[in-house]
Amino acid sequence: MNSLSVASSTPKFSPSGKLRIGLVQFPGSNCDQDCFDAMARHFAIKVAPVWHTDTALPPLDAVILPGGFSYGDYLRSGALAAHSPIMAAVKAFVGKGGAVIGICNGFQILTESHLLPGALLRNASRRFICEFVHLAAGAGESVYQKTLAAKVSQLPIAHGEGRFFIDGEGLKRLQGQGQVALRYATHTGQISPQANPNGAIDHIAGIVSANGRVFGLMPHPERATDLLLGGSVDGLAVFEAFLSSFT
Amino acid sequence: MTYEIIVQLKAEVLDPEGRAIQETLARLGFSALKAVSVAKRYTLDLDEPAAAAEGLATRIASEYLANPVSETFQVRKL
Repeated sequence: MNSLSVASSTPKFSPSGKLRIGLVQFPGSNCDQDCFDAMARHFAIKVAPVWHTDTALPPLDAVILPGGFSYGDYLRSGALAAHSPIMAAVKAFVGKGGAVIGICNGFQILTESHLLPGALLRNASRRFICEFVHLAAGAGESVYQKTLAAKVSQLPIAHGEGRFFIDGEGLKRLQGQGQVALRYATHTGQISPQANPNGAIDHIAGIVSANGRVFGLMPHPERATDLLLGGSVDGLAVFEAFLSSFT
Repeated sequence: MTYEIIVQLKAEVLDPEGRAIQETLARLGFSALKAVSVAKRYTLDLDEPAAAAEGLATRIASEYLANPVSETFQVRKL
């Protein structure tokens, strides 16, 4: 047991100075505590909670939009959260070059807010899928792609509406500008329909904004930060990339 | 002033719910049934003069009720 916890608590990233990170809690967010814990335990960062009805962000270097079922997924996943009071401040933050990571429902909120393109639709299989998947980094210049290109990542997914969709023109733009950050793959990193759990177009699991500062992904890095949680610590590299994206 | 908004996935976007219903009905013997698509219906009661009501209903539909990436919508006065 000791060797497990030692292996999972030695991230490569060592932040210099005090990083100010906020996490927006919406009614129905349920992965917020996992993010607080992962950032505190592995990176010694105390993440500040921000409530969805707040109209301003405290002074921050980066924002986390966590997973869950904000506003009960009513209207569409992430749609009501995208119009919550705090999101105007998050949009302004992004407009000034601020760094944001949106995980699962957080990714859905980012697309519904038009901070990232596309939409997350009902899984093609119609099932809620809760399992580990393998992910290959897409080609691109962002710190996420550069960091995650080191290996095939193994992360858990847990979603009913994770099928990334964008029209043909939008897809070409994402591919051409190097914004596809993660694709579902086999354990050897091969992209194939069999490895695509939800029917996402071009097998896309995560995308990054043109400036590399806004990252949305369906998999849950915060659930893969300690071997005691079930077999992968590949989420640590995602958070290392997140921290590197603004430092 | 009441308006009905129908929001539906675009024709080219896979509708898993519609497909599930179609497959089940086909299995039950409705072999003539080739496709089912599912839509969401909203009714909006608007306290707004007639001249402006349709514009308001359309704005609510286009900006909030439908996602232009994947959905289309229709507005009808009831």
